[in-house]
Amino acid sequence: MTLSNLVLSIAVSVGILILVFELVRRKKLNEEYSWLWIVTAVFLFLVSLFPPVLFWFTKLIGAALPISALFFLAVMFLLLIVLHFSTVISKLTNNQKTLAQKVAILEQKLNGNKLNK
Amino acid sequence: MQEKILVIIPAYNEASGIVGVINGIKKVMPNADIAVIDDGSKDLTCSVCQLLNAIVLSHPFNLGDGAARQTGYLFAKYNDYDFVVQIDADGQHDTEFLPSLLEPLKNGSADIVIGSRFLGVGQYKAEFAKKIGMGVFNTLASVITKTKITDSTSGYRAVNRKVIEYYAQPQQYPANFPDADLIIQSHIAGFKIQEVPVLMSQNTKDKPLHHGLGAYYYVFKMLFSITVTLLRGKTK
Repeated sequence: MTLSNLVLSIAVSVGILILVFELVRRKKLNEEYSWLWIVTAVFLFLVSLFPPVLFWFTKLIGAALPISALFFLAVMFLLLIVLHFSTVISKLTNNQKTLAQKVAILEQKLNGNKLNK
Repeated sequence: MQEKILVIIPAYNEASGIVGVINGIKKVMPNADIAVIDDGSKDLTCSVCQLLNAIVLSHPFNLGDGAARQTGYLFAKYNDYDFVVQIDADGQHDTEFLPSLLEPLKNGSADIVIGSRFLGVGQYKAEFAKKIGMGVFNTLASVITKTKITDSTSGYRAVNRKVIEYYAQPQQYPANFPDADLIIQSHIAGFKIQEVPVLMSQNTKDKPLHHGLGAYYYVFKMLFSITVTLLRGKTK
């Protein structure tokens, strides 16, 4: 791994970490949705800091270059994060459905059969 | 004591067809309450049903057919109904058969009654591809529930109070296409299922989701949903 590879991966992981902390500080991102990002950034940071770990992993997955292994890891983490978001969206959809159903019933109770549209 | 019966009609842009359905129900079962679940219709469905003195539950936006049925069950649960019958808004289901759907519930021989168009009344003809699809899901449902199911896609169903309570729970009713998977889920939950013959007209306007790409999605959704239902086992 060249020095520029090292600098780039450390810069990217530190950048993600700072961005996530800043978003949470400004309350633009909830803590419960930030943990996967923090884990990803810290992991990338550690792997870039200790190249032997990365070399070992590169051999393990049969990649030609350590930087490819790093990209592979990044893609895996992104997949996990997106899957996590799909579960969050499903939860939100279910909650939205329940809310809309209760609104319909409460509205009927409130207005009876007055024409309300 | 007179049982409290609620007929629920999920409706999405059905202003034209629903008038006949509501009048038909009133004629056959004058004592039953009628609740129309307006699933975010953009036409006059809501006003038409209110003019006909039906209870109208309006979703603020479109949630899907299953969610609309579930709103009906939720309403039935809150208002202590003994039986719920669900019927389609497009006039496909003949209202004359409402009493025969309720009969097995009243005498306690079933918890869920499905109106089947393939038990000798009338001559419903499905097109070839649809026939095969229906055959597969009917067979699956029959084998798993150990009950003969001839019409798992029928939306003409009646249930008793125990099932109302069960279906009204947030996660217990599929938001889309509540067909064979729901029959299997209900069987696993311990409910007795029975079919009775009903008359259905050839679809006046067939649901677009059962055509083209939608048909493939339906088959995928149903197979996936049945598999997951079986894996999940009994849910409270």
